[in-house]
Amino acid sequence: MVNTQTARSPSESIFSLQGQNLACIRNDLTCFENLNISLNSGELLQVEGPNGSGKTSLLRILCGLSLAAEGRVLWQDHDIQKNRSDYYANMLFIGHSNGVKKNLTCAENLRLGVLHGDAVDTPAILQALADIGLEDLDEEYAGRLSAGQQRRLALARLHLSTAPLWILDEPFTALDYLGREKLEQMFDRHCAEGGMIVLTTHHALNLKNSRIQHLKIGA
Amino acid sequence: MRHSTSQAFLMVLRRDLTLAARNKSEWLNPLLFFILAAILFPLGIGPDPGTLQRIAPGIIWVTALLAALLSLDSIFRADYEDGSLEQLLLTPQPFAMLVFAKVLIHWFVTGLPLMLLSPLLAVSFHLPGDATITLLFTLLLGTPVLSLVGAIGSALTVALKRGGMLLSLLILPLYIPVLIFGAGAVDIAAGGMDASGHFLLIGALLVLSLTLAPLATAAALRISIG
Amino acid sequence: MYKSIVKLASTRNFYQFAGKLLPWLGWSTLILLLIGSYWGLVIAPTDYQQKDSYRIIYIHVPAAWMSLFIYMVMAGSGAAALIWKTKVSEIIANSCAPIGASFTFLALVTGSLWGKPMWGTWWEWDARLTSELILLFLYLGYMALQAAIEDRRTAARASAILAIVGVVNIPIIHYSVEWWFTLHQGPTVSKFSAPSMDKSMLYPLLVMAIAFKLFFLTALLQRSRNEILDRESTSTWVLESRDSL
Repeated sequence: MVNTQTARSPSESIFSLQGQNLACIRNDLTCFENLNISLNSGELLQVEGPNGSGKTSLLRILCGLSLAAEGRVLWQDHDIQKNRSDYYANMLFIGHSNGVKKNLTCAENLRLGVLHGDAVDTPAILQALADIGLEDLDEEYAGRLSAGQQRRLALARLHLSTAPLWILDEPFTALDYLGREKLEQMFDRHCAEGGMIVLTTHHALNLKNSRIQHLKIGA
Repeated sequence: MRHSTSQAFLMVLRRDLTLAARNKSEWLNPLLFFILAAILFPLGIGPDPGTLQRIAPGIIWVTALLAALLSLDSIFRADYEDGSLEQLLLTPQPFAMLVFAKVLIHWFVTGLPLMLLSPLLAVSFHLPGDATITLLFTLLLGTPVLSLVGAIGSALTVALKRGGMLLSLLILPLYIPVLIFGAGAVDIAAGGMDASGHFLLIGALLVLSLTLAPLATAAALRISIG
Repeated sequence: MYKSIVKLASTRNFYQFAGKLLPWLGWSTLILLLIGSYWGLVIAPTDYQQKDSYRIIYIHVPAAWMSLFIYMVMAGSGAAALIWKTKVSEIIANSCAPIGASFTFLALVTGSLWGKPMWGTWWEWDARLTSELILLFLYLGYMALQAAIEDRRTAARASAILAIVGVVNIPIIHYSVEWWFTLHQGPTVSKFSAPSMDKSMLYPLLVMAIAFKLFFLTALLQRSRNEILDRESTSTWVLESRDSL
């Protein structure tokens, strides 16, 4: 669900994410350099590459979690390092680690989304849990779920978030075939509504969206 | 839909308080250590009341300090390891505010109980009544400083696998002023003199830490996460 | 002038600039050290109270001054590294630490040596010595944090925060230790009473202070150059001029 009120002005419901001349150096080794990205509303960027090639590093740079050795990331033509609050109001990141608190129930975990501007009223949370296949587990401690269920709990945020930009690191991990299908449908819907997605994955995506960009790192 | 900073602040308070309530050993263990370490001293030195009374302010303050040090691990490590810390960073609200909320709860479940338990130790060390009250007040003002300053060290070492010892090495020198003023004030009170002036000094340290420490902690966390 | 400072931010320019300065710094350090030492240890008059044992102040006092000064340079360089993200600032801050720690250690040892003839013991919990000891731990903590973090740039940024926090704390620690010392003063006032300085004693002290500063600059530039070579070992300008380096 894309809330266009989060755009900077009502008429500008077109979003843009740009990476200019990005370079990443880890432990004195260059993962990539002179990397450019341009993503607009309705587009999906699939980042591919062997393990350890710097895919996760790129995503973390796009999130603003890591500093690029060179270059900058622009959201709506503003440097994200200078405009963090606005960027984070419009972005959702789900990384390798789920960000799920073991000692909180599933519902409590999702309610934390209020910090990010997610819709967290109880019906929405219950609906999201049902959509992701975790119905009736709202009162269950997240620590008692299996790895796959915890992954799905992390992804449940996608149902509640109002952010136009999704940055997802290996979202299909630990999902079964049905889960993958549902997620792909979600991606299609999000892009159709004007959202944008950056993701890394080993899987071949089966999407109706025709505006997919591919980026290969470390090949 | 963006929520206000104060709403986010309260949310983090609630979250951390809930987590602390469900993970009691995180804050109970340092308290038990506090008592246990303090009683090692009469066992090591001898139970002579005069001696114990003389060393009580220093001993109680040093063991409170060490117990606070032990408890620092729990501020950020769990959140770092399960990925929720970076999620807190990725919110539109000022990160330093949310960090401050975490440190506040940390003090509430470790520093405050330390302060409340201290009269027990004061009694066992034969500390006179006036000095005990002074002890309570110095700990009330001092333990927040321990949490605030300790959080900086915790933030710097959270990404390191065995950062515990390094954390102690980094933080203990920074704890020395609070220790000196805290234990010193109790010493003065035990000697029958007025120590109220010294609360101003500890209070000044508290104000300084309140304003600067969350900023340093937030900066250190960004670096550790990045 | 601003442009020439900005140019120095490149490691290659800094390397060459430092290389040009080093011989001058090295020789002037040596000369001033010789002059200052001879002046202080031999020429300066004997102190009325402490006789000749006071002469150790010609090493102790400048060393103590340097230990504080270097920490401030380290914190300042760290702040520059955080704000402008320049590699040279990181390298300077990193190189300061062992030099500063050594000066602190020197101050402690000479302080202890000074104390022996005065108090009869190798160590007294004097306010100045205690502050120096805590400062040593601040340096060691800084170096330990640097060593513990693998990625060099992350290590530099984390240490910069630590150094800035340390610099804010140093005056607080000094003041609190002074207060602690006066609070617990025993019947014998075992304080470092430096002899009231006659001009003939002061001048050699100043010479030594300048000599120590020059030594610091020499050691700093030398260490920085080494670290630049280490960090940039794969870059073209290092590989090309390997022979002439």
